Amino acid sequence: MANKLKLAVFKMTGCAGCQMEFLRLEEELPFVLENADIRYFVMAKRQNLEGPYDVSFVEGSISTPRELDELRELRSKSRILVAFGDCACHGCVPSILNWILPDVAANTAYEDFHAIHSKKESYRKICPLDEFVSVDVHLRGCPPHKNTILEVLRSATLGAKPFLRRHPVCVECKLKENICILTFEGRSCMGPVTSAGCGAICPTANRECEGCYGPMSDANASSLAEKFLEIGLARDDVTRKFRKYAGITPAFSQEAEKQ
Amino acid sequence: MSRERDIQVGYISRVEGQGSLEIRVSSGNIEELRFEIFEPPKFFEAFLVGRHCSEVHELTSRICGICPVPHQIAALRAVENAMGIDVSDQTRDLRRLMNYGNHIQSHILNLYFLAAPDYLGYESLLSMVKEHLTTVKRALKLKKLGNDLVELVGGRAIHPISAVINGFTKIPEKEDVELVRKRLLDAKQDARDTVEFFSSLEMPEFIRKCEHVALSSPEEFAINEGFLVSTEGIRAEEQRYRECFKETQVDYSWSKHSEIVGRGSFLVGPLARVNLNFERLSHDAKRLAKEAGFRVPNFNPFMAHMARALEIVNAIDNCIDIIDAVPLKEEDRSYEVRSGMGSAVTEAPRGILYHMYEFGEDGVVKKADIVTPTAQNAKNIENDLRELVPSIADLPDDEATLRCEMLVRAYDPCISCSVHYINLDKVGDR
Repeated sequence: MANKLKLAVFKMTGCAGCQMEFLRLEEELPFVLENADIRYFVMAKRQNLEGPYDVSFVEGSISTPRELDELRELRSKSRILVAFGDCACHGCVPSILNWILPDVAANTAYEDFHAIHSKKESYRKICPLDEFVSVDVHLRGCPPHKNTILEVLRSATLGAKPFLRRHPVCVECKLKENICILTFEGRSCMGPVTSAGCGAICPTANRECEGCYGPMSDANASSLAEKFLEIGLARDDVTRKFRKYAGITPAFSQEAEKQ
Repeated sequence: MSRERDIQVGYISRVEGQGSLEIRVSSGNIEELRFEIFEPPKFFEAFLVGRHCSEVHELTSRICGICPVPHQIAALRAVENAMGIDVSDQTRDLRRLMNYGNHIQSHILNLYFLAAPDYLGYESLLSMVKEHLTTVKRALKLKKLGNDLVELVGGRAIHPISAVINGFTKIPEKEDVELVRKRLLDAKQDARDTVEFFSSLEMPEFIRKCEHVALSSPEEFAINEGFLVSTEGIRAEEQRYRECFKETQVDYSWSKHSEIVGRGSFLVGPLARVNLNFERLSHDAKRLAKEAGFRVPNFNPFMAHMARALEIVNAIDNCIDIIDAVPLKEEDRSYEVRSGMGSAVTEAPRGILYHMYEFGEDGVVKKADIVTPTAQNAKNIENDLRELVPSIADLPDDEATLRCEMLVRAYDPCISCSVHYINLDKVGDR
């Protein structure tokens, strides 16, 4: 096929879980290879080609100047830039660090942080990609479900906008006919403010949603935080709930910072 | 014979994470040799302070997307040890099932995706599709099985959700377990073919005796708990990890280097496990090892691939045994939060993994300490390279470079893990 998508997969500050989810396209691999030419994917390939690329998946947050330079270059070489997963979209759990003074974290981390630091590069805070460049697609989740990766590839092949849900997890939960654990059991479920896409796996497994897909569109976080206090959570518990996967987003940071 | 040589790999491909190799040979001597990790640190131990005990395993899972399960289990067991929680046999068994699933998918990734292309002359598994379709299909099938096992028990393949303190929020359904059991039986042939395939590849002959360390248990092939043992006589309870091993900082790498106190660098991972626990492998795994002429102890680091292949057979056999015995019943998961300190060691696919936490009365973390397998192997990789490089002086530059990369890939380093950020005594006082 002449018009295969030129595809690239990059890693910044992340855990490789999103790339692993990409590689979980096992039965779907023939479809991927038919429609895409994987030009750059260091974890999977030894020969990696320079851009331009049609679709660049970028896993991880930006935490160093080197990553920022790479991201800017990548942006200029990519037609569609995908913030691939929670770290790239909202900083994910490492972003909790942003509320710890950098010097406290760094100087207590290594015996002599500056011995490494001076030879390498300065550490800065954990930032999502769109703090620096325009992002075409936010692929939420820790990790984003592989079906959403396929949706991005499919839509890019068709030249369409990907259909990614931003309604709450509750919609998926209702479709699974689960009984609401927040309303009926008084458990602190983040589902009402969290983007769907996972298939409501946590409530389905009798567990509170922890919000790993980040905020839904127009999330009413303050109402949920009030509900949490009402069912017996302490203020610290509420802060931990909202400062986990997406504590730096406007929707969640406000609740996390209330005293 | 090349007496002057520069081997530089700016970004080592087909390993997890961001690392580089720099080796400079001058007048036949190694002047410079660095396995450098330039992936930025993520400071997990700093931000774990202040978090609740019930979310520690959920957070530390995010240290690594390739081995989230052993991170979760190490964290859960450390919390349980701190709070005096004794889990049920079913919980132990389901955790073993889940970790075996993680080992299968991670081993397949290393063997077929990361390592095999070097031995067959390809740049990636993707480029092997045309000429080695059967091999590629086998890899995808086994990898999917490993992922599905984790999903079956843990509710999600990557960063599972249902494993919690003192059990699982949801016990898998009998019918689903039965379906996976059938697939495990069917996959035995693929696992045997994997052993055969890797024993047919020509592994570099390179022996360097060093101390191998693994978990060991008298009852089973140890992956989730046991004693720390080594080929040089260490036998210690997992709580004594910090007495046996020490870490030092090196100025060129974000990963610390580990040593056995009073001795030197050491090797962890599949080769260490198989060397130290050969008799605990399943019957078929032992038989296949003998048929392939694999004898223990084996001190060729490249043979880690054979150990991985044998461990896949062992994992499948163990999973079938666990499934046949596990009752799959609902259990009481209640526990009391209390203050205390606890640690635990598990086997990640790439070697032993240590977690330690200290909690206040409210169950909030006061101190955290994590040592990952790749941080432990980092110095040993350099020591191997120091002997490997002179032995391949006759190879042309590109082949020598490839050989060094192959050695690194044999360790299956997980660089994200190694820069989770290291221990610090002061964080608790902050």
